Amino acid sequence: MIRYTLVRGALLIAGLLVASAVIFLALRVFPGDVAQLIAGSKATPAQVDALREALGLNRPLPVQYAEWIGGLFHGDLGTSQLSGASVAEEIALKAQVTVPLMALSLIIALLIGVPLGILTALLRGRRSGTLVNVAAQAIAAVPVIWAGMMLVVVFAIWLGWLPAQGFPRNGWADPGRALQALLLPALTIGVVEGAMLLRFVRSATLQASGEDFVRTAAAKGLTRARALILHGVPAVGLSVLTVLGVQIAGLIVGSVVIEQLFTLPGIGRMVVADVGTRDLVKVQSELLVLTGSVLVVGFLVDLVHHLIDPRQRESA
Amino acid sequence: MTRAASVRRSSGLRTWRHLWASGGGRFSVIVLAVVVLTAAVSLVWMPFDPRTTDIAARWGGPGWPHLLGTDGTGRDLLSLIMAGARTTVLVAVGAGVVATLVGVLLGALGALTARGIRETVAVLVDILIAFPVLIIAMMISSVWGGSLWVVVWSVGIGFGVNIARVTRPELRRVQQSEFVLAARANGLSAPQILAQHLLPNVAPVFIVQLSWSMAVAVLAEAGLSYLGFGASVVDPSWGILLADLQRYIAVHPLSVVWPGLAITVTVLALNLLGDGLREASDPTLRHNPRAVAARSHVPAVIA
Repeated sequence: MIRYTLVRGALLIAGLLVASAVIFLALRVFPGDVAQLIAGSKATPAQVDALREALGLNRPLPVQYAEWIGGLFHGDLGTSQLSGASVAEEIALKAQVTVPLMALSLIIALLIGVPLGILTALLRGRRSGTLVNVAAQAIAAVPVIWAGMMLVVVFAIWLGWLPAQGFPRNGWADPGRALQALLLPALTIGVVEGAMLLRFVRSATLQASGEDFVRTAAAKGLTRARALILHGVPAVGLSVLTVLGVQIAGLIVGSVVIEQLFTLPGIGRMVVADVGTRDLVKVQSELLVLTGSVLVVGFLVDLVHHLIDPRQRESA
Repeated sequence: MTRAASVRRSSGLRTWRHLWASGGGRFSVIVLAVVVLTAAVSLVWMPFDPRTTDIAARWGGPGWPHLLGTDGTGRDLLSLIMAGARTTVLVAVGAGVVATLVGVLLGALGALTARGIRETVAVLVDILIAFPVLIIAMMISSVWGGSLWVVVWSVGIGFGVNIARVTRPELRRVQQSEFVLAARANGLSAPQILAQHLLPNVAPVFIVQLSWSMAVAVLAEAGLSYLGFGASVVDPSWGILLADLQRYIAVHPLSVVWPGLAITVTVLALNLLGDGLREASDPTLRHNPRAVAARSHVPAVIA
């Protein structure tokens, strides 16, 4: 286990380094002149030069990269080129919206995907099972923005139960109101991700039903359903874990779109705004934080997987 | 006609029959035919010019002459959706082409080169897979600004990496097979072997991945255009139309139904096409969780 953790950890660090290099290069090398971009097309060459000097863009790229990475180790993600604010502080502030949103979405996705997935597997061949499966397939194809709009139409406009947009100005000072603001956005992501999870759980459960240990249990007198739930489902849990890792990556991406739709002051909305204003130093750190969290989730999922599954432990 | 060619043709025919025999497969073929046909027809004829505004007819409900109704500036929704189909086909095909090029290149580098290069590329592909399409889109967009090309390149690169990972083990397996050894003994060059033996053998896996990446491209167009990274306000596109109509959702909630439905049905068709092709190419995969996991990897949430 220790050996595996070390090897996998080294791969994570390599991944973070490659990711940071890709992001850095994409934003520095390809665009041509960042200073010109920031200054705008009307700036005089002297103004552009001054800006380049001030931003440290005239130094060699490796030096700039090393400085950025060095800062990351001290928790310094740089400062905004436009506002001069600390990027790390701002990300921490916006995370208070994004992280609860993602957690809530994940819970809803699990509540929908796991029980319904097992149920549709049990109901295989019956009309009701097919119906849920077809519905899940269709919902997984719905664009999240449209799903969000339809939920707003029903729950905010027609029924008036939940706010359609925004987040309380005082944040979590009033937890009830904050939670209410997050409920529709989380439901939107949760339903779409849940539908995808459902399809996976159904498929994994069906495969488990063909496994010897489930058939043995059934042969010993359990009903097919009981054999599947008692012996098949625990075996499915592991592969669900892997898919969850992938889905969390999906949630991170989904939160960007959904925060825009529901005007929530989270990390995703901030990145979109910064890409729009070409605040490249900020975008650079924000993209690394997003990509890094995807990589870290993958790392944790692999570790837990390894810890639970004895077959993997032996083969390592 | 060579024997190999005839074998290939009959397998194509079998795949087609298999696809048409299943409900999902038939649905996908019909829907995609309608979308492509709509895009083609929109080039020569639309009920109204999608850019022409007619304030007198704004927010008209479905009926004659505006079959799907009009938007807040009196533009004909049916014409807008027909013109949007053009953008959708363009983006899906464009992303498919880029994904193919990236996938073949990385797949070949990761499977067929010297051990050192091979393993470096393999690790690189594993890392690049962690880059969500949206992140790639934001990188491209923060440099060049938003356009449909951002969608084409970000989905193409994002899924090309996926394709490379799926085809790599297949390529390795085929490369070590006896018929490739025989071809090499006969003096065929590496590119000849790649074109004649390796690519045809990984084609089934490839085509399945391709139809899923096209589904993502359609979703991504909507999502990225909504965020301002994709189509611009002057382009007729389903994503832009959706974003456009959202501003009036409180007053005219039902107008957002049409573009959303168009996107959903198209994406569903492409997803089902991929599922159908996968089952046709290997029926044992029908309930394979790994395959579904690969399928679930398609991040619907992008849009």
